[in-house]
Amino acid sequence: MQPLLQVQNLVKRYPGKKFVNSGEDLLALDGVSFSIVAGTTLAIVGESGSGKSTLAFCLACLERLTSGSIWLGDKDIVKLAEKDLRQVRPKIQLIFQDPANSLNQRWDVLEILSEPMILQGRTNRNEIRQAAHTLLEKVGLSSELGERSPRELSGGQRQRLAIARALALEPEVLILDEALSALDCSVQAQIANLLMELQSCLGMTYLFITHDIAMAAHLADEIVVMNRGQIAERGPTEKILKLPQHETTRQLLAAVPRLPRAVRPALEQ
Amino acid sequence: MRYLLRRFAHAVFLLIGVSILAFLFTALAPGNYFDEMRLNPQIAPETVAALRAQYQLDRPLPLRYALWVNSVLHGEMGFSFGYNSPVTPLLLVRARNTLLLTVTATLLAWGIALPLGVWSADRQGRLPDRMLSWGTAALMAIPDLGLALGLLVLAVKTRWFPTGGMTSVDFETLSLIHKLRDLALHMTLPVAALVLSALPLLVRHVRAAVADMLDAPFLLAAQGHGVPKRRLLYRYALPAAANPLISLFGFSMGALLSGSLLIEVVMSWPGIGPLLVEAILARDLYVVIAGVLFSTLFLVGGNFLADTLLYWADPRIRTESSEK
Repeated sequence: MQPLLQVQNLVKRYPGKKFVNSGEDLLALDGVSFSIVAGTTLAIVGESGSGKSTLAFCLACLERLTSGSIWLGDKDIVKLAEKDLRQVRPKIQLIFQDPANSLNQRWDVLEILSEPMILQGRTNRNEIRQAAHTLLEKVGLSSELGERSPRELSGGQRQRLAIARALALEPEVLILDEALSALDCSVQAQIANLLMELQSCLGMTYLFITHDIAMAAHLADEIVVMNRGQIAERGPTEKILKLPQHETTRQLLAAVPRLPRAVRPALEQ
Repeated sequence: MRYLLRRFAHAVFLLIGVSILAFLFTALAPGNYFDEMRLNPQIAPETVAALRAQYQLDRPLPLRYALWVNSVLHGEMGFSFGYNSPVTPLLLVRARNTLLLTVTATLLAWGIALPLGVWSADRQGRLPDRMLSWGTAALMAIPDLGLALGLLVLAVKTRWFPTGGMTSVDFETLSLIHKLRDLALHMTLPVAALVLSALPLLVRHVRAAVADMLDAPFLLAAQGHGVPKRRLLYRYALPAAANPLISLFGFSMGALLSGSLLIEVVMSWPGIGPLLVEAILARDLYVVIAGVLFSTLFLVGGNFLADTLLYWADPRIRTESSEK
């Protein structure tokens, strides 16, 4: 099957600062290649500092790559000039870890949702309002929240709003950069379910970036494990979980919290 | 609404406080308007005493304050010994001239500072930004007086602009359009001096406030949506950075007034400045107090304006004050 997004040999080098780390360059991404088939979920797993977020920012074109190519369909978006890039940006949307900061606090929910639609060139105000309400419904928010400021929403509601805002642009790929990490457990599960629902009804493609390999296993079809800017291991979720080849994968698996055996049977009854 | 009312009450109390202080300090200063007459052998001491009594200067301070408050309530603001008239009409004409100067200068300075600051923040750390930063630093280092004198020298050498006053001698005979032109020509130099002295600080503040915002995640998110650069800067970053700038705007109204006093004297603009200097030298007590109050009013008014603008601009302040 033709992949929707294909990246080849991504390299991102941050020039070193003389007094901070004796002038050595930092290689945040060192030859990363992978591809995602439309309608599936690829999880990128790694510990902090492994280059996951840099990858997310580069894919969303918020950081310039040092070298490499990102193919969206049959276009290499790395080579595009800012003006043409602006046409492509809506197709790759990034959801940030902390929705409190990624939403404009001066606007209310409806304004936040309308802005991307205005950018798309829609002008009919009623139509936009209507679409915003549909989006709110789609992500499981009450349309009564329309006049609220993001500050008046809970963490889970904010992340739902951030997802709705991204959906307003009708993206092809949704990058979730630790999008669940700032939420508490039960809310994480709700948002994860929302993501799966959206995938089955809209055919969304996800790039799910996380340090939580358990959540990745829950959501992803395929897992890429990163370590120090390089891909340590990749493969179908099943295989990675059952036969981890790389030390990093084993460590990440070992870090998943488990209830002691003695307690478990009691809970499972 | 309560927020604004509270701010307004605050402003009124401040004005009352300043008026009392102004009274105390002018009373502490040695001498009064009629002291010089005492040195004059042609004037009998009884005459001086009679004059002092006529203007109530021999009464105790609290009583004088009460009398003055009464005259303020009658819209007179006390009596000028020098001009032999109530202070209000005297001050109003001068205040109008000063306001013409400072309001124009404030608006112009902000009108330049906002786009310049945003432009510079967008090029953070690159050559144009650094050059602008050097330029504003240099401009800030030049004292207002130096700027005013420099501009005067320029005007004298080139003869492009009149070097003083507010209107030409034949002003009354001109047609309306030529009157406006004449006024604008006379205003150019003092306004330029005021703008140049206020500009560097404003540009630097705008730049710093906007530059701080540019890394904010919600701006990255917007950029990721494909929001065009200009819209990103002016519709996202600038409003988010506006709060400290609005406060600064209120403050700059007041600061420009005090800067204007000096420049009015140097460029002989018939505003509050020359009137105040003259009154201080002659110990024309009530004119001094009225001048002080006027500049306080201006500062307080500027801050009140800023508070109102903040209330209007920031939904967060609105919700906070309605919750209380």
